[in-house]
Amino acid sequence: MPPKKTVPEMQAIAKRIRREIIEMIGAAKSGHPGGSLSAVELVVTLYFDVMRHDPSNPKWPDRDRFILSKGHAAPVLYAAMAECGYTPLDQLNTLRKLGSIYQGHPDVRFIPSLEASTGSLGEGVSLALGMGLTARLNGSPSRTYVMLGDGEIQEGQIWEAAMFGSFHKVENIVAIVDYNGIQLDGFVKDIMDVAPLAAKWRAFGWHTVEIDGHNIPVIQAAFKEASETKGKPTAIIAHTIKGKGVSFMENNPKFHGTAPTPDEVKLALQELQ
Amino acid sequence: MTPTKPKFELKLGMATREAFGKALVVAGRENKDIVVGDADLSKSTYTSLFHNEFPERFFSCGIAEANMVAIAAGFAYAGKVPVVASFSCFLMNKGFEQLRVTVAYPKLNVKVVGTHSGISIGEDGPSQMSVEETALACSLPGFVVLSPADEVSATALVLAAIRYVGPVFIRTGRMKAPIVYPPDQKFEIGKAIELVEGTDVTVIATGLLVAEAIRAQETLEAEGISVRVIDIHTIKPLDRDAIQRAAAETGAIVVAEEHLIDGGLGVRVAQVVAETHPCVMEFVGIHDTYAESGTPEQLLDKYGLVARDVIAAVRRALGRKKPRA
Repeated sequence: MPPKKTVPEMQAIAKRIRREIIEMIGAAKSGHPGGSLSAVELVVTLYFDVMRHDPSNPKWPDRDRFILSKGHAAPVLYAAMAECGYTPLDQLNTLRKLGSIYQGHPDVRFIPSLEASTGSLGEGVSLALGMGLTARLNGSPSRTYVMLGDGEIQEGQIWEAAMFGSFHKVENIVAIVDYNGIQLDGFVKDIMDVAPLAAKWRAFGWHTVEIDGHNIPVIQAAFKEASETKGKPTAIIAHTIKGKGVSFMENNPKFHGTAPTPDEVKLALQELQ
Repeated sequence: MTPTKPKFELKLGMATREAFGKALVVAGRENKDIVVGDADLSKSTYTSLFHNEFPERFFSCGIAEANMVAIAAGFAYAGKVPVVASFSCFLMNKGFEQLRVTVAYPKLNVKVVGTHSGISIGEDGPSQMSVEETALACSLPGFVVLSPADEVSATALVLAAIRYVGPVFIRTGRMKAPIVYPPDQKFEIGKAIELVEGTDVTVIATGLLVAEAIRAQETLEAEGISVRVIDIHTIKPLDRDAIQRAAAETGAIVVAEEHLIDGGLGVRVAQVVAETHPCVMEFVGIHDTYAESGTPEQLLDKYGLVARDVIAAVRRALGRKKPRA
């Protein structure tokens, strides 16, 4: 396993990953910057501190696993995996281009070290349950983390999976909701409000914590609490800012699914110095 | 030449769903990686047998097929051999999106078993009937689609599906099915079985219609018509050689299945015939409609899925077949 990073190191990695997200989506001329930027600290904390994994042995059976159920945030996952050494950093800007390993949504056919192909919303918790139950049957310490969008949890399958997770006491999985408040058509509260979110997960039998999804020490504490929770899975409701780190993208529904123009890329990269 | 005709007693055997449930237990004893999910129908799908013997490897999913299919994908990603079962209509229709994106797209080793296929479930009516499953399953790239005719083939094909690495859909029926095969018959995924040799016309059948095809052949033989009968137990990938040979050697093909004609086995056979050796074809199946409540026998009769309908299709085909030069 690679050495864990300190909080300042992770903050530096987070900034670098934000730059990579902007550059790769800018080069692709399409993609979803807002929901990648909102999830950076969550993904960085998992890959550089919390998860037991080994980029030199990606199929290690006892590794921890990460599923990006909100598959449209592929750029944040690609940048994090490239920073870990799973995939080439220098090809990130081939995102979404024919022949690139960096497909529009995560695709295990192109990157075997991904844990799952995703992109159709609502499916990730179910996938995590199958992986978590496998670890339980095998007596493996492996834990599975699945990141959901707040709009994504409007899908009914999420709640089928939530029921299953508590009923079968799948304590080795963690669902992280990137609660940035914006989906494609606008603000979640205006499209199909999901509040009160923590109360919903609690009602479905999950240990539930609400945190600031950009504060790395707070994120670390939440994952520690999850690992110490027995008899039920954990949901982390992470309050985040869509487009975090780029002023004109923050809380702007336009940048859910619109690539920055070359000028906007320049501006964004200046802000992310 | 008098073709050697095996004797078919067509004695009523187990339903193919029951044969599946029993074979799954046998497989589970050998392969400890098999895990099974069911959606509140385990007594009907016979996965209850696996549950009884291996409770720690059985997962009750509640009435939530979509979740069940994607959990199976998670199991497969992590190295297990998941088998999920339900009524075919619920599993294939409610679980289809998950079959597409979580199972077929990454081509995972998931076994999907639909029970209560076709209209022969009877009294429950069309909301519980699966008449489009072949179309759905065959539209999943990389899937193997199996359709056993009796308890012997169901047992063998379930075990073959478990041994095969990759996604498989197996359609099974509710009704007790006439036994077509001797107990020691060998089955190979993708290899059709010629049950009766014949030279005038070929009946290609699958599932319950295999027995009806045999009954039709026996009647027609008495009239001096030589009918070849082929069981297509693997709907995908199709045995192209057997189909091409039938087209070339008999010049007329009837396809019989308990499924909508649209998107069914017949359409798939017709594609192979068109690509290899065009010949006269007729189709026995469900014609663009939903059925209704009734006994299985009444429904199969009313919707045109018995030996009488196979015989009529053979006569139509022979009537259209050009005389040999």
